[in-house]
Amino acid sequence: MRSISARFLYSALLFALVTLSCGSLIAGKVWVPWSAWFAVNDDPLWVIILELRIPRTILGVAVGFALGVSGAALQGYTRNPLADPGVLGVSALAALGAVMTLFFGVTISSPWLLPLGAMTGAIGGVAVLLLLAGATSSVLTFILAGAILNTVASAGVALALSLSPNPWALNEIVNWLMGSLVDRSNSDVFISIPLIALGCGLLMMTARALDALTLGDMGARSLGVNLAATRLLLALGVGLATGASVAATGVIGFVGLVTPHLMRPLVGARPGALLIPSGLAGTVLVLAADIIVRLMPSVVEIKLGVAMAVLGGPFFLGLLLVLRRRLG
Amino acid sequence: MTHLVAENVHVRLGDRQVLSGVSASFSLGQVTAIVGPNGAGKSTLLSCLAGLRAPDQGVVKFGDDDLMKIPARERAQRVGFLPQIPEVAWAVEARTLIGFGRTPFIGSRGLSVEDDVAIERALVMTNTLDLAHRNVMTLSGGERGRVLIARALAGQPEWLLADEPLTGLDPGFQLDAAELFRTLAHKDGCGVIMTLHDLHMALRVADHVVVLADGHILADGTPIDVLTPAILAEAYGVDASITHGKHGPLIEILRCR
Repeated sequence: MRSISARFLYSALLFALVTLSCGSLIAGKVWVPWSAWFAVNDDPLWVIILELRIPRTILGVAVGFALGVSGAALQGYTRNPLADPGVLGVSALAALGAVMTLFFGVTISSPWLLPLGAMTGAIGGVAVLLLLAGATSSVLTFILAGAILNTVASAGVALALSLSPNPWALNEIVNWLMGSLVDRSNSDVFISIPLIALGCGLLMMTARALDALTLGDMGARSLGVNLAATRLLLALGVGLATGASVAATGVIGFVGLVTPHLMRPLVGARPGALLIPSGLAGTVLVLAADIIVRLMPSVVEIKLGVAMAVLGGPFFLGLLLVLRRRLG
Repeated sequence: MTHLVAENVHVRLGDRQVLSGVSASFSLGQVTAIVGPNGAGKSTLLSCLAGLRAPDQGVVKFGDDDLMKIPARERAQRVGFLPQIPEVAWAVEARTLIGFGRTPFIGSRGLSVEDDVAIERALVMTNTLDLAHRNVMTLSGGERGRVLIARALAGQPEWLLADEPLTGLDPGFQLDAAELFRTLAHKDGCGVIMTLHDLHMALRVADHVVVLADGHILADGTPIDVLTPAILAEAYGVDASITHGKHGPLIEILRCR
């Protein structure tokens, strides 16, 4: 059993990341060739680059990384290969938090309120999850807890939709829920990037604890791991990273589920070593999907969240089948 | 010499009093076996001695200090613990898993040369060198047991506390593991404390036996003094006789009372 060298893996992922970032800046309904980059500043293409493509690309990178790292950290802590912010209902609760701010129309008063609502939802979600299932860490309880959170969150969102006082709010909520990188502004970038960075930073600090948790709760504690501190880092980290991502782009599912699986064999299955590669793979996945969505020859652009679900659904099904074979 | 001493330890789990006033002293350089019927509180006592559970009442002393007051990292460097359930969550290489035993020593730069030396030593001691690059998920129960023992040894602890380390191993591996624990205690001066179900093993391997029944200590002393028909009758409710075989004492369990 040999995993490939870490340096090679990181180089390959970074290369893909840079290539796709360039692609993301260039590609779209309007092609922005390299020559435009060196043109005089009043070239109209510059507006596209500066106001549309750059924020869209940066957000794609940040959100992909946040979701990839969050998924890897949740899977590592729960020792459950089916865990991810989407499956466990964390994204849905973040969406509910954000929808509440849209519903009450308070987003106009401060651009920070929507992200704040999303993060409150996400952190609350992880906290409830750890309370419900933290002690047992059995696969079944976690998935059930996630199903409960998802149900509660979607019921809340449905309630907000049905009670929505004006069609404008309704439209905004629906659009936003589907998850997309379209028409994000630089202020979205400035708000979400620091929060995502902070969240991912907190998650990186759990790496050693996640490694030790391979030996179970007792094993990890006997190795001096502070599980309460790890849980706190995890709740805040996933809450900030996922919450800020959802606030910026809506719900983009399956990234956090898929990328740890793709990267795990390449890092020798070490949960701590999986965090960064999983994050990088998340950026690659989101950027690639976003470019494909942009280039689809449809009148209205397909939402990224929807496209990801279309890709992710069958993957999830396949994963379940493989796991069932292994467990049964 | 540092002793590990339980002083009047009480533990309550839910509405069950698991340990009620357990006092016992453990020494370095000895193999201690904690025996007793199912539900006697053996595992709970062991987790108290490992600093993984705070007694509701009473104290576990590590030398002169309260074990629970020692920082977790330092405690983990000095007291190794082998859980009963051989849990391994991910399909890592055996050597990687053994490396997790170095967790309390690892600085910010990852595994050092010293860590590698300790891992190699653990591989040699447990005779697992040929398993080092195998996926732990593909190991047999016995192989996995040996790798997990190596994981505990990789930390080179002063104390090794093992919860039923011999369960699930075939007789050959049981003897190997028992021999390993004796070597650790007698040659390296490690304090080995393990819970056991196999009374023969306790008789043959241990220097010191503690018999626990219903949360109390029933007997505490050398194996031959402690594992007597009277005490076994009280602890397990069985008729036993101790005979002297060609290679040492044997315990024969005759029938239930």
